[in-house]
Amino acid sequence: MTLRRRPGAVVWASAALLTLFYLTALAAPFVAPYNFTEQNRAFPNCPPSSLHMNEPRRWGESIFHTHPRVLADPLTRRYDEHADVRVPVRLLWRGHLFTTPPDGPKYFLLGTDGLGRDLFSRIVYGGRISLSIGLVGVAISFSIGMLVGSVAGYSGGWVDNLLMRLVEIEMSLPSFYFLLALAAIIPPQLSSAATFFLIVVLMSFINWAGFARIIRGLVASLREYEYVTAARALGASRWRILTRHIIPGTFSYTIIAATLSIPAFILGESALSLLGLGIQEPSASWGNLLAEAQNVQNLVRYPWILTPGVFIFLAVMAFNFLGDYLRDRLDPRMGAK
Amino acid sequence: MASYLLRRLLHMIPLLLGITFLAFLVIAMAPGDYFSTLKMNPSISPQLIHEMEIQFGYGDPLLIRYLKWLWRALHFDLGISVAYRVQVTALISARAGNTVILALASLLATWTLAVPIGIVVALRPNSLIDRVLSFVAFFGMSLPNFFLAFLLMVLALRTGWFPIGGTFSVNYDSLSLWGKITDRLAHLWLPMFVLGVAGMASLMRLMRANILEIKQADFVRTARAKGLPQRTVVAKHILRNALNPFVTLAGYELGNLLGGAALVEAVMNLQGLGTLLLDAVRSLDVYLVMGSVLIGSVLLLLGNLLADVVLTVVDPRIDFTRANNA
Repeated sequence: MTLRRRPGAVVWASAALLTLFYLTALAAPFVAPYNFTEQNRAFPNCPPSSLHMNEPRRWGESIFHTHPRVLADPLTRRYDEHADVRVPVRLLWRGHLFTTPPDGPKYFLLGTDGLGRDLFSRIVYGGRISLSIGLVGVAISFSIGMLVGSVAGYSGGWVDNLLMRLVEIEMSLPSFYFLLALAAIIPPQLSSAATFFLIVVLMSFINWAGFARIIRGLVASLREYEYVTAARALGASRWRILTRHIIPGTFSYTIIAATLSIPAFILGESALSLLGLGIQEPSASWGNLLAEAQNVQNLVRYPWILTPGVFIFLAVMAFNFLGDYLRDRLDPRMGAK
Repeated sequence: MASYLLRRLLHMIPLLLGITFLAFLVIAMAPGDYFSTLKMNPSISPQLIHEMEIQFGYGDPLLIRYLKWLWRALHFDLGISVAYRVQVTALISARAGNTVILALASLLATWTLAVPIGIVVALRPNSLIDRVLSFVAFFGMSLPNFFLAFLLMVLALRTGWFPIGGTFSVNYDSLSLWGKITDRLAHLWLPMFVLGVAGMASLMRLMRANILEIKQADFVRTARAKGLPQRTVVAKHILRNALNPFVTLAGYELGNLLGGAALVEAVMNLQGLGTLLLDAVRSLDVYLVMGSVLIGSVLLLLGNLLADVVLTVVDPRIDFTRANNA
């Protein structure tokens, strides 16, 4: 394995990054300088603003300032910067981490999209959807998987047979094709919360089977241990044996598998939203922010619209590193599967 | 073997029935249908739409429609696409080949790169090259393939080294046979790479772990003790055993690639099954959705079956004809 058993710098960095991401998403109204749906029609596809430090004697006004941009050519979206005008960028002001005075020119940390919305604010709010989808999705799909897997593994016999055939059907679905077809049943006029929920449920529905199969194997072997026989001899109920003696034995695997499954949910949501079948405008998710990037001309002219992809990549990589470390640490037998 | 194959093929029937019925149910649950967009268009008379609805069999109840579809599908007739007004089979046969070519090319590229790299890396564990490549592999595994596609498309546009998107050039039909082949290849590189990167990275890691494990085996020590040269030990003792699990993986990998191809096609604007399905889903073209899902499932199931068959050929210890858990 690539990682030593003690957490290295990479693992710490991943954990720190994820903590930062989740805290940011939690505190989105504070971190985002502007409302994520606010359109600045005079600034479509505006490049990231420049940031300059004031001279120390002027720190009383603000430590940083930016220069306003003006749309010079609406056709090619070329902007000029007015270097002689200073717009203060204040930290911890008006309930935001940083922001500019209201009604004045704005500070676009990562530029704007085609409707002139601040991309950074949209990414911060989009993180709420993209990051929570992994957690909720794993919670749902692993609950189903745990239930089906432990019932099948513990009961054995025809119940086991029936449930495992079901799992096989599930696993031979062409999952992305099916996800596309399923996404068609989401009515476009649904509220964004309901859309979010539906997408999570659909993806969980597609993802639970592999986990159920492995849990079934684990439970079937744990069932044969002597402490389980002892518990049975003491007259413990089936439910108690399952929940207190057997299922906890699967937890180390569950934690690892959960960490490594979160990226699949994040990527699934991004892909769907990117294709316009997931989270709908004006709500933001890291996936639908990338929809504009599907036009190659846009990509070359406004490269900053790719930044949501960087956030997806970082989150996915951090989860992968963390999961890999946990696997080495908690269950060396699993190896690189 | 023949009876095993037959059993596996029979096993596919209930699976396909389940999958297609689910797909039918799903698409029937979708709000509105293709005709509701037509009805918004004032230039089309309601009578015409009504006639079309009858012609396409939209009036019947759900189960009857499914059975009708199934009956025709058994006769290799997947119905008519409402949006394209062409036989679904014609549309799919024009597209499915492209998807299969893309997936197979990716699989080939993945293997020819991942296996040697995995070997090189595993023979020098924890060396600089191992650490660098392992990190790169992690990078590749985490890079969302749509994001990679965007980056490469920018590269293609900036440098002009590759055509941007599309499966072939506009003048494809006028090219000679050789011209057609080179044109296709030129368009294949980028999507192949995009689709293959994640698989390549995970295969490489797996290869590395496999070889590291087998290096410790007793028979390798025996081989070395006999005084065999390093090359023979690696090629004949380590490699042969390390390659085994990969054959199983190939089939599932192919399934993954077929699914992943749909996304890559959509993002890079390729002519494939994925884009066909996506269009069909967007316009709620029922028969086209059904046809694409059906063909996609068949390809997936055949890929898995192929992998199992190859596995029994490669590794005589495995005998699925007796074992129940294929």
